[in-house]
Amino acid sequence: MAVDTKVPKAPAAPVRSRKRTSSVLLKIIMAVTGILLILFLYLHMIGNLKIFFGAEAFDHYAHWLRTIATPLLPKTWFLWIQRGGLTIAVVAHIAAAIILARRAAAARPVKYAHRPKVQGSYAARTMRWGGVIVLLFVIFHILDLTTGTLNPVGDKSHPYANVVADFALDRWYVTLFYTLAIVAVGFHLRHGIFSAVRTLGQQTAKGERIARASALVLSLILVVGYLSVPFAVMTGLVD
Amino acid sequence: MDIQVRVWRQTDSSDKGRMVTYDVKDISPDASFLEMLDVLNEKLILDGDDPVAFDHDCREGICGACSMVIDGVAHGPERATTTCQLHMRHFKNGDVIDVEPWRAAAFPVIKDLVVDRTAFDKIIQAGGYITAPTGAAPEAHATPVPKKDADLAFEAATCIGCGACVAACPNGSAMLFTAAKVAHLGLVPQGQPERDTRVLDMLQAQDDAGFGGCTNMGECTTVCPKGIPLTLIGRLNSDYRKALRNSNS
Repeated sequence: MAVDTKVPKAPAAPVRSRKRTSSVLLKIIMAVTGILLILFLYLHMIGNLKIFFGAEAFDHYAHWLRTIATPLLPKTWFLWIQRGGLTIAVVAHIAAAIILARRAAAARPVKYAHRPKVQGSYAARTMRWGGVIVLLFVIFHILDLTTGTLNPVGDKSHPYANVVADFALDRWYVTLFYTLAIVAVGFHLRHGIFSAVRTLGQQTAKGERIARASALVLSLILVVGYLSVPFAVMTGLVD
Repeated sequence: MDIQVRVWRQTDSSDKGRMVTYDVKDISPDASFLEMLDVLNEKLILDGDDPVAFDHDCREGICGACSMVIDGVAHGPERATTTCQLHMRHFKNGDVIDVEPWRAAAFPVIKDLVVDRTAFDKIIQAGGYITAPTGAAPEAHATPVPKKDADLAFEAATCIGCGACVAACPNGSAMLFTAAKVAHLGLVPQGQPERDTRVLDMLQAQDDAGFGGCTNMGECTTVCPKGIPLTLIGRLNSDYRKALRNSNS
């Protein structure tokens, strides 16, 4: 049954004059910077846990951070080099994420009318907004416990006192935000660690199972380690 | 069985397009999804309406032409099945079924459910081949290929290039397609001389076509009618990294 169908105009193919930066290169940047940041998170967590050894041990550890690599470097130089490195990693991670997120949005200009929930894990689906929450938290966290601006005590020479004052029961909203942010970090890393390993070339089914399991375990350790501090303060275990 | 379909109608690329509802009656549960659309189209033609345009060719699940998102899932609810091999028995009497085209900037709609998949051809043209003098086929055992590599190469080569991976990906990424094509040539000895340029050029063609980047969600492999494994994307990433290193040395 031959019928005349209306012959449509040929659609215009998207024209791109400039070559795009490779999406895989951007992802490698995200993977490498992400791994550096995870290493930092682990060292930071180990330091935090010193709070369970008392005020003196914790404050001593905090002061030691300023003397790392002395006398090779002048006092606090290592700390500033490390802060510089972390800032570069965070900026590169976010810049690559923004480029990729904008490309993804542009890649599907017309949405589906009917779209069931994406089957990827909750962690995978919330990478972008979870990342934004974590960034906002990091800004708050620096103003709170590094500069002391937002801390009720804000005494740089007594970090233990700052932490205890921070998570006092009447400042429940700080603890709530802290908890939310740490859980967001956990979800971010649950998918992020697997994704980083895959981006760096993991390619076997067995390796995938190991990568996914490791991602879950490493994220859980971080969440439990970080949350133990505010909950210890709230329950009076640390005061 | 009687059903309703809500089909995406779009006269051409400049049209905004819309979902239009049609009643389709007396459909055999043994009819394929495309045969159901054939029945609808015959009715539309008899009524003097414009039939629904959709891509199809072999109708036996090997060509990769049929391309529709059924109730939000590329190729419909059956796993590892193309739309032409999907049968109406998987639906219930009275169902309302949504049918949409692949949605991606790199796959502009030509009409209704037909999209332009030239972007995939561009990726293949960039490196999805082996430069070899043609002539008589060489003796089959002249170049030994380990069984493991041959099997994985064959698994990757089953990709029919339908584009369901792009349609399903939340980022509109073509990584599963590109990864399958890079892997199936990169796993055999004949593909080695161009292994580095292949991955660099095909990835560039993919990114330049306006596809998004991969976030390792795995939607693609879930809807893939050939079950191309997600692990091949890791292989592409690894090949890309090695190619970058080699090109810098």
